[in-house]
Amino acid sequence: MITMTEIRSLFHNGLIKQNTGLVQLLGLCPLLAISNNVINALSLGLATALVMAASSGAVSGVRHFVPNEIRIPVFVLIIAALVTVIDLAMNAFVHPLYLVLGIFIPLITTNCIVLARADAFAAKNHPLHSTIDGLAMGLGLTLVLVVLGAIREIAGKGTLFSGIDLVFGAAAKSLVLHVLPNYQGFLLAILPPGAFIALGLLIASNNWKKARVEQRALSLALAHA
Amino acid sequence: MSFSVASRNALRTGTILFIFALAGTALLAFTHDRTEPTIARGLQAEKLALLSQVLPATLYDNDLLATQQSVPPDDLLGTRQASALWLARRGGQFSGVVLEAVAPDGYSGDIFLLIGIDANGSVTGVRVTAHHETPGLGDYIEHAKSAWSEQFSGKSLTQPEPKHWKVTKDGGVFDARAGATISPRAVVKAVKSALDYFSRHRAAFAAPPASGETKP
Repeated sequence: MITMTEIRSLFHNGLIKQNTGLVQLLGLCPLLAISNNVINALSLGLATALVMAASSGAVSGVRHFVPNEIRIPVFVLIIAALVTVIDLAMNAFVHPLYLVLGIFIPLITTNCIVLARADAFAAKNHPLHSTIDGLAMGLGLTLVLVVLGAIREIAGKGTLFSGIDLVFGAAAKSLVLHVLPNYQGFLLAILPPGAFIALGLLIASNNWKKARVEQRALSLALAHA
Repeated sequence: MSFSVASRNALRTGTILFIFALAGTALLAFTHDRTEPTIARGLQAEKLALLSQVLPATLYDNDLLATQQSVPPDDLLGTRQASALWLARRGGQFSGVVLEAVAPDGYSGDIFLLIGIDANGSVTGVRVTAHHETPGLGDYIEHAKSAWSEQFSGKSLTQPEPKHWKVTKDGGVFDARAGATISPRAVVKAVKSALDYFSRHRAAFAAPPASGETKP
């Protein structure tokens, strides 16, 4: 039904080639707001990946019954319903995690990347492919979020994984790493400008890497000619 | 009765949209129905846990949540909307109160507080429940970030004297970090005026409960 190569290409697409944070630049609002430490970033990233996998799968499953003119309202309806279900379930069954992510879960509905993947991919592909695509896109976003969160947390507070006790209980508090001991802190990195600057650096280094690969391929081709 | 092709199409898409809306609503109603009791229980437990942080559990034996009262806006509490208070009793005797108060002069807007006061007018605990102070700078007033708010325990209007109800920088007894004194200054001021509110209303708090309000 789905081959290993297809799965690999879907993940390559989601994590690197079409990365939502670095290449498509979609859904940046939560990306910039939540990435002030690693734990927040990871939690919101995984929640988004879960919603994307579920909504892409559901959208793909009903794609033959949805007339083209009303596809967007129907997709929005499906995504909003799924997010609300996840929101209620988290509130009831994993309350501590819900307290941390609280207001961000409903906001996933408005994250344009979720609707973008539903319309651009899930509406045209098999449910299995679509679910994997949604998951891969979500994990790609998670990856950028975590890197951004790590940069901002180390630069801003000199720690890593602060707040881990909010997710895994008080026992996990010892897992907080003090990367830079006796660090005075650098407030700018934690405030919104830090998010823009760090994301800018990430996009620039990603583009630089891509340009270098292309340059090398080009000179290789010239050498053979 | 005959429809044109266009209106038949519109009717068809409308019906499909309606069916999706119906299915979505049904799914949500079902989930809400299944999760509501658990969520309500979680909220109650959370509220009680918060109250017990500012008022030691040894101080009362009544059902604290059941004593919740609404208080009209009051300048001493800093409130512009009705706030809540909870009355603690032990063996039927008034033993303390938990007040909701607001420090209106934080660095960036209101700081919401929960203040526990025992029958003698001593603070049993202060917690910041919501604020918008600068992350990493003024947010140490929050108990999750530092133990700063613990220094209020045991303080009253006589200990220290009213003129020492200030941060150390202003000649008071309350610690504040250099470079971030606005947020703690606001909180100290709000706790002090909540104590004033308490001393003004103590008689009403200590009055025996209306019948049926407390269970033995």
